[in-house]
Amino acid sequence: MTSGLSRRDSLILGGAALGAAGVPIIGARAQAPTPTDVPMADVKPPELPIEKGAALHVIRPAKFIDPDQVYWDINTKRFTDTTGIPVSVNYISWEDLRPQTAVIANTGAGADIVFGWAIDPFLYETKLVGMNNLAEYLGKKYGGWFDIAKLYGTKWKTNEWHSLPIGGGAGPTVYRISWVKEAGYDRIPDDLDGFMTLCQKLKQIGHPCGFSIGHAVGDANGFAEWALWSHGAMVVDQEGKVALDSKETIAALKYVAELYKYMIPGTIAWNDAGNNEAYIAGRISLTFNGVSIYYVLKNSPDPKLRDIAQDTMHQLVPKGLAKREPMTAGPMNAMLFKHSKYPNAAKEYIRFLMEAPQYGPWLSNCLGYWSEPLKSYAKMKFWTEDPKLAPYANAMDTIYYDGYAGPVSAAASAVSANYTVVDMFAAVATGNSTPEAAAKAAARQAARYYGRA
Amino acid sequence: MDATVRPIAVFRPREDGWITRLFNWKPFLVALCMLPSAGLLLIFLTYPLGFGIWLGFTDATIGQPGHWIGLDNFISLSQDPIFWLSVTNTIFYTATATVGKFALGLWLALLLNHHLPFKAFIRAILLLPWIVPTVLSAIAWWWIYDPQFSIISYVVVDVLHLRSTYIDFLGTPWHARWSLVVANVWRGIPFVAITLLAGLQTISPSLYEAALLDGANRWQQFRRITVPLLMPILAVVLTLSILFTFSDFQLVYAITRGGPFNTTHLMATLAFQRAIPGSELGEGAAIAVSMIPFLLFATLVSFFGLGRRRWMQGETNE
Repeated sequence: MTSGLSRRDSLILGGAALGAAGVPIIGARAQAPTPTDVPMADVKPPELPIEKGAALHVIRPAKFIDPDQVYWDINTKRFTDTTGIPVSVNYISWEDLRPQTAVIANTGAGADIVFGWAIDPFLYETKLVGMNNLAEYLGKKYGGWFDIAKLYGTKWKTNEWHSLPIGGGAGPTVYRISWVKEAGYDRIPDDLDGFMTLCQKLKQIGHPCGFSIGHAVGDANGFAEWALWSHGAMVVDQEGKVALDSKETIAALKYVAELYKYMIPGTIAWNDAGNNEAYIAGRISLTFNGVSIYYVLKNSPDPKLRDIAQDTMHQLVPKGLAKREPMTAGPMNAMLFKHSKYPNAAKEYIRFLMEAPQYGPWLSNCLGYWSEPLKSYAKMKFWTEDPKLAPYANAMDTIYYDGYAGPVSAAASAVSANYTVVDMFAAVATGNSTPEAAAKAAARQAARYYGRA
Repeated sequence: MDATVRPIAVFRPREDGWITRLFNWKPFLVALCMLPSAGLLLIFLTYPLGFGIWLGFTDATIGQPGHWIGLDNFISLSQDPIFWLSVTNTIFYTATATVGKFALGLWLALLLNHHLPFKAFIRAILLLPWIVPTVLSAIAWWWIYDPQFSIISYVVVDVLHLRSTYIDFLGTPWHARWSLVVANVWRGIPFVAITLLAGLQTISPSLYEAALLDGANRWQQFRRITVPLLMPILAVVLTLSILFTFSDFQLVYAITRGGPFNTTHLMATLAFQRAIPGSELGEGAAIAVSMIPFLLFATLVSFFGLGRRRWMQGETNE
């Protein structure tokens, strides 16, 4: 043994490390306390006799922040300890999740439950087990489902649940309190003219705003949709006819073209991390984003970044001409496939995850990264303990969704995946197209996707 | 007849069994020996290629298998301005990047052909841009072109004070296109340089000596000796380079994902975007299939056009 570490030392160290890692798991074996801040009705859970020899295979999106995975794993382990059903959870990268879901659906093999994105439950409706009993039970117990949860969970315009929404991610306004104050405002104005003036003043004091209008899947689509909805425009109307070429859209285009002048230069080249980086580096004062910026700042070892977290505030996006905040929350839906050998065990797992002793800690430790689909969880203490998290509390309490106001369909997700609306705004904002021409071209493009549906 | 005269046992070779005859039959042997490699090619190359082409004629989506719809995808694409934009983008990208790579690659090869100190070391370093995984170099270039954090902008604006605003590399269509071409040329030079260097080394120095004795200057030596003798390998490298550049995906996808409103979309990136996130598998496959005529054309032109012996050995040699 020539090195300083002897074999005995390394064994002791290894054992200590294992022991330390095991402590939280050991603690979790005990029955978790029910959170006191979640109002619950006294409802009997549905009778689901567990199949013998059940074992579950689950896939879900990869974590963006650590607590998401840590608490999901704790909850899963508690389920296995309580029921004896082993569950293996695979965390899949976001881009790979939808193709993998397609493979599972088409081959009838692989995971039992997929926690998937966007409109996948609608694509695979015929291959999913109905969730009516579970949805009704959870809705009755926890104060009812938010509108958007019902929209994604049920077949269009029915009460047939094909999937169970677990949570959604929203993108409200994130801003620097001191710089907005310096520009002369205590909060972000709710009207469009006021918002424009604020951004103008922010640029004048050298701390501009920044919104992605490049090919950034989440942020750019979020901003483009806000621009449309806050002007009363939309991609499709309620019958599913493309309504993009309208005077409301032209007004939105002209608005964004002017706003672009006051943004930090180069947002057209941003991907989804662009606004995060610029905000954390102190280059922009205002953007639309999920709680990821605040989470990184708050938990940073660098005191300068923690100061920025102190100076950061969130607020719901400006209403503009809309009656409610024009913001949507992309939900993650639990889909149980018919090819699963243990559907009752799977439903029991989903029910277990959604119950307060499991869901509460997961939700609160993610610091608002996920918003709840059930109304009772909006009353949890952590939402009000940190006033900065308020805009994320009711993110799923919205009427807006991808492809508003038409039926939820593959065409809607094709429009956002191909950046049709985003490119329309980008072309006008950079002066490469007139608003009228861009609106017509985008409407034609959208009609191609909706025409195939 | 007596005991001394016995019929001699005539050794007649046993008739070949049918297995032996089969294995002796040349065509069968040939087929059998080629079976492993042909089988591999068939399964891993032909099947995906054939399936991909077939997909282009269906309306397959990520969720559902497709039904045959004939040329509908192609007709629909021919009316799509974004598709035609991607075609012109790809042609521009391939043409300019190839010219850049060959000009600089040939120059580098000529330089390296001389005796330099640390020749082997320099040649190894030269190969680095090519062997670094494309995604990594794409991400590095993405940082170099970043609107807020570019190292070039930082040096030019904050250190040398030559400009007052940061350089907009990716914000306008033509800036973005040229930026991508630069990144691609940087990546591709080593391949061209090393291969042309190998070709240069096969040219016998006695030819140059003879030319020198005849009074030829450097330019005449280059034009009359180097160029013709380099043509065969140039044709091969040119073909490969055009194929790689035309179907480039990683560089564009990692840096601009199609760029300011589709102005840097190549056919490969557009095919991916339509097929996977956009879940229109049939349409994406159709875009990929429509790359084939261009690639075939480029291969035929560069391989047969440049490879012709007339170029190599003078006018009369066909």
